[in-house]
Amino acid sequence: MSDWVEACDAEDIDEEDVMRFDHGGRTFAIYRSPDDEYFATDGLCTHEKVHLADGLVMDDIIECPKHNGRFSYKTGAARGAPVCVNLRTYPVKLDAGKVLVQIG
Amino acid sequence: MTKGMVIIGAGECGGRAALALRDLGYDGPVTLIGDEPHLPYERPPLSKEAMASDTPEIKAIASDEILSERSIRHIHSVQAMAIDCAAHVVHLSDGSVLPYDKLLLATGSTPRKLPMPGLGARCVYLRTFNDALAIRAHLSAGNRIAIVGGGFIGLELAAAARRLGATVTVIEAQPRILMRGVPAEIAKIIHEAHEAEGVKILCGDGIAAIADDGAGVRIALAGGKDIVADLAVIGIGAVPVTGLAAEAGLTIDNGIAVDAELRTSDPDIFAAGDCCSFPLAVYGGRRVRLEAWRNAQEHGALAARNMLGAGESHAAVPWFWSDQYGLTLQISGLSDEGSKVVRRDLDDGAFILFHLAEDGRLVAASGIGPGNSVGRDIRLAEMLIAKRAKPAPEALGSQTIKLKSLLAA
Repeated sequence: MSDWVEACDAEDIDEEDVMRFDHGGRTFAIYRSPDDEYFATDGLCTHEKVHLADGLVMDDIIECPKHNGRFSYKTGAARGAPVCVNLRTYPVKLDAGKVLVQIG
Repeated sequence: MTKGMVIIGAGECGGRAALALRDLGYDGPVTLIGDEPHLPYERPPLSKEAMASDTPEIKAIASDEILSERSIRHIHSVQAMAIDCAAHVVHLSDGSVLPYDKLLLATGSTPRKLPMPGLGARCVYLRTFNDALAIRAHLSAGNRIAIVGGGFIGLELAAAARRLGATVTVIEAQPRILMRGVPAEIAKIIHEAHEAEGVKILCGDGIAAIADDGAGVRIALAGGKDIVADLAVIGIGAVPVTGLAAEAGLTIDNGIAVDAELRTSDPDIFAAGDCCSFPLAVYGGRRVRLEAWRNAQEHGALAARNMLGAGESHAAVPWFWSDQYGLTLQISGLSDEGSKVVRRDLDDGAFILFHLAEDGRLVAASGIGPGNSVGRDIRLAEMLIAKRAKPAPEALGSQTIKLKSLLAA
């Protein structure tokens, strides 16, 4: 089992927003949903490897800033052209005001 | 008996429409007809730095496996020769005859030809992957490339050619590059980026004569300048492919004329993407024709829904992007609808120009900056435009006020 990694403070991310997190040569995106839950996915869009953290969060959707490919950041499911490959997701938990991600 | 759905044109629009028909649960025959030998593929990379790769590859919209899994019959390397509207059949260049219940014309556009004599084999156009490969073969260090037309295709190609070390001259007859649809303030940033990369840009001078004299393509400008190149790429716009539709008697008006549901003057024939002109609801039904990747996608999907009887009107806001060097430009809406501009500065030199109509309505937003610095705000602007919002100019201009907060208002 892999360890939990501290990504950021819970307050670093606004509600319905996203932040980039780089770790161990990889890049991730950490989300805070409108109902104040936290999620994590791979950081790059599956269409053209663009950082999703520059994109727009609306409800449970992250939209890529480059070509507007959409994913559910909760499940990683691709939600429309041009993306067709799902996004990998990672477990997240809060501990003492920190966001922890289990990077598998 | 079900004759099925036939789509003429296997580009972004046609490809997306075929996939959408299956996504919507349609289980009759779906046939996609393309005149190129390739799978449906994305065209935007053809003019961009992806082409600077030693082995440029097709970015397919759907693989052979997906097409066969989804029972989409893709007939490639074939032309549609005629539509018999009364009999509901399409005649193909291989002699076959395809019946349809509903037909979608996604025939796209084709490069506008330079109306001059003397164009030899080294004066080329860019539209297809094969065109791009042929151009790629000339893009090497020391080779001289002339680009006729300072529009997006030409400028993106100029950036790719510089990446490979070619000498590049861009010739634009208008007083500046990107006259159509791009504000001067943003065109200036792009112009400067090209000059900093060593591209020579000549504006405001038309071509008097062009000839291939064996040693090269010789372009004589009206102002007296002479440019010699190993290859001339002509990028002076595109014209809709309407011949088939016109011969079938469909109404043509700057493209195949369709209504808000993308239906042509024949109720069983739809048209979508670059080839059609349609009423844009967000600007009071102004008839436009868009040559844009996302429009092709959205039209393809909308046409599929309406071929299945959804009766849904087009409601999207136009959106467009371009990449040159490290810069990305994004535009949503049509800036010529605006009469006043508000500038919002972002980090790293990026900025957005908001175009407002006389009554304060936000009608377009044009942004430029490094990487994807403008993507999120342009997307939010697009949502404001779709809502026909009238945001306070001071709020648009202030970086400390989040655009997202204006959406809720």
